[in-house]
Amino acid sequence: MDTLNYINNGHGLASWLLTKDHKRIALLYLVSITFFFFLGGLFAFMIRLELLTPAGDVLTAENYNKMFTMHGVVMVFFFLIPSIPAVLGNFLIPIMIGAKDLAFPRLNLISWYIYVLGGIFTLVAALSGGVDTGWTFYTPYSTAAANSHVITAALGVFITGFSSILTGLNFIVTIHRMRAPGLTWFRLPLFVWAHYATSLVMILGTPVIAITVLLVAAERVLHMGIFDPALGGDPVLFQHLFWFYSHPAVYIMILPAMGVISEIVQAFARKNVFGYSFIAFSSLAIAIIGFLVWGHHIFVAGQSVYAGMLFSIISYIVAVPSAIKVFNWTATIYRGSISLDSPMLYAFGFLGLFTIGGLTGLFLAAMGLDIHMHDTYFVVAHFHYIMVGGAIMGYLGGLHYWWPKITGKLYSEPAAKLAAGLVFIGFNLTFFPQFLVGYLGMPRRYHMYPPEFQVFNVMSTLGATILSVGYLLPMFYFVHSIFRGKPSPADPWGAKGLEWEVPSPPPTENFAVTPIVTHGTHQYAPSKEVGVV
Amino acid sequence: MSDGYPQAPSVGLPGRVSIQAPGNPHDEQSSAHPHHPKLQHHFDDMGQQAEASTLGMWVFLVTEIMFFGGLFLAYLVYRTQNPMAFQEASAHLSWKLGAFNTAVLIFSSLTMALAVRSAQTSESRGTQVFWLVTTMILGATFLGVKVIEYSEKFAHNNVPGPNFVWDGQYPAGAEIFYSLYFCMTGLHALHMVIGLGIMTVIAIMAWRRQFNTEYFTPVEITGLYWHFVDIVWIFLFPLLYLIGRHYGGH
Ligand SMILES: [Cu+2]
Repeated sequence: MDTLNYINNGHGLASWLLTKDHKRIALLYLVSITFFFFLGGLFAFMIRLELLTPAGDVLTAENYNKMFTMHGVVMVFFFLIPSIPAVLGNFLIPIMIGAKDLAFPRLNLISWYIYVLGGIFTLVAALSGGVDTGWTFYTPYSTAAANSHVITAALGVFITGFSSILTGLNFIVTIHRMRAPGLTWFRLPLFVWAHYATSLVMILGTPVIAITVLLVAAERVLHMGIFDPALGGDPVLFQHLFWFYSHPAVYIMILPAMGVISEIVQAFARKNVFGYSFIAFSSLAIAIIGFLVWGHHIFVAGQSVYAGMLFSIISYIVAVPSAIKVFNWTATIYRGSISLDSPMLYAFGFLGLFTIGGLTGLFLAAMGLDIHMHDTYFVVAHFHYIMVGGAIMGYLGGLHYWWPKITGKLYSEPAAKLAAGLVFIGFNLTFFPQFLVGYLGMPRRYHMYPPEFQVFNVMSTLGATILSVGYLLPMFYFVHSIFRGKPSPADPWGAKGLEWEVPSPPPTENFAVTPIVTHGTHQYAPSKEVGVV
Repeated sequence: MSDGYPQAPSVGLPGRVSIQAPGNPHDEQSSAHPHHPKLQHHFDDMGQQAEASTLGMWVFLVTEIMFFGGLFLAYLVYRTQNPMAFQEASAHLSWKLGAFNTAVLIFSSLTMALAVRSAQTSESRGTQVFWLVTTMILGATFLGVKVIEYSEKFAHNNVPGPNFVWDGQYPAGAEIFYSLYFCMTGLHALHMVIGLGIMTVIAIMAWRRQFNTEYFTPVEITGLYWHFVDIVWIFLFPLLYLIGRHYGGH
């Protein structure tokens, strides 16, 4: 008979669907998010299939538009934004701070239902004909012209936004009010700092996209003139409101991944992180400065050149805290005793790909260069390096790192290493050629292109095929580990942190007795070069 | 930061988590009521639970500010683009009804504060329910006036859309003004309706003698919400009703 833990404490569907345990809710999210990830991947596959040849032979132009729209909507709102916070954050934050649960367990469960409801709206929109506005829903096309299910999809985004708001609210209150005695702010794991910063973006940004989407719906349904120039409205105002949320939304995706990398790098270099407070504060700096850069999406859309200059400069500045993090992780790895387990492979992948994604972002933040590259595949490659190379690498790294904790089972390490390698190779083969073809002038969002661009697109499609194998592999060895995996000890990696001191999987209330913390939560052996420099 | 230090004398975890005797000033206070029926399992004591709930409401109100902020931004942009039209359109709103509603809401904030105080000081359930119901009546009065105002606009076809009619100088700008007017006051009214719903639940709980000095957080955070909704109106009233005064309204 197994010891009682959160998985075997209660059986049957109702015990899962009505649970208030943050760990079970995390698993509910894991299942639903994985569904949307592969759905979004399916749309991506259709895009890559169409772009294999210069002619528009697989999809009509309109269907192609629907494919990239649904790909963007599903991946951004239903996978990337909830991914790490709702799954790993939900599972780990209470354990990492020595609490029994999040501050509002019922609200946490409601958040998941809201997410599912938003997902259903989006699925209905997809199945009943699809949306072709692009994931950005730009007006006046989305309010006046687009003859499709814009309202349904927009409502899906609106609804799922509340899931994001409530999750952020829950995290903020939990981190403020539920920390174990002695666990001061500067003893917190960096994963928790990253999620605190993420939650700030969630609660400050998401309401703005909510009201924006609501106004789009009001304009479309009630014919109120707000964004439609024919009715006296201003379409650029929509773009301002949209990007006021959607640029910071990139940080909702990347900040939690940075938190994951901070944990992995310490565990697999067996060293305390270099510059703890720099990494902690750079998360907050990214969250705050990230709200002041949205205008870099509107350089060519009728924004004053002086506003553009300001947004350009701030966009450069927001890269600084990200760079601080990358330097500090590198310094942490330096002279560490490194073990190349699969989570660390993802962390290395993150470091390289995020750096490329960040530096190419600077190209686009430069106003002059952006006029050339705006709406080309260079932009597509840039944000996929951040969102896929950064956020998904972090998500997969975190999933591999904490999988033994979540399930209590060990997965096949050789298979995981193979998958990490395939993801890295497949990703670069998919998206690096897009930098080149974008720089040469291939615009995004067309289903046809001149024949001279074909070689790049064939490389991309080949890479996407490899990438999808890399993404499918974990489905097999993770599921296999649940049934056949060896049981995991409490701390399979020799890592530090409160989550590694409770059993794997943890009991329902996490801690039999509330822990009293007397040191920082990451006490790896002091590094050797201390005192050398 | 946290009030909720545990009473537990020891810890069963190895490593850096050390075993310490409780040395926390809050211990005595919290162990005085170790099993309050309203204490949820994941909180250490009532103080921690109350602090979590109030902080949660404050954070929620921050999201509300950002939510209404988008509308206020739109108002700012379009008023800058159509200053004359906004004055003309505003002059067609009845500032008297608006002022009356403002007074009603401010008064309802007072009765709400008294409701919180009556729960906090463990006054009789009759007193608690009286203040709550008075607040609800005032809220309903506000909504009733709003219905009168809206139906007057519908009767004159001043509602934006294909049938919008405007006999003034600036029909296009006026339509935008009324789009914003209906969006802003409509969302505000929706918040009031939600507030009335919450207060109904709270009043029933109060009648069942659930609130006293040890447990009144639900009343308190409902009060926070209600005050916020009032404050939004304090901004809406001058921006919508008063900017057209010198334009010669009625
Ligand atoms: Cu941006």
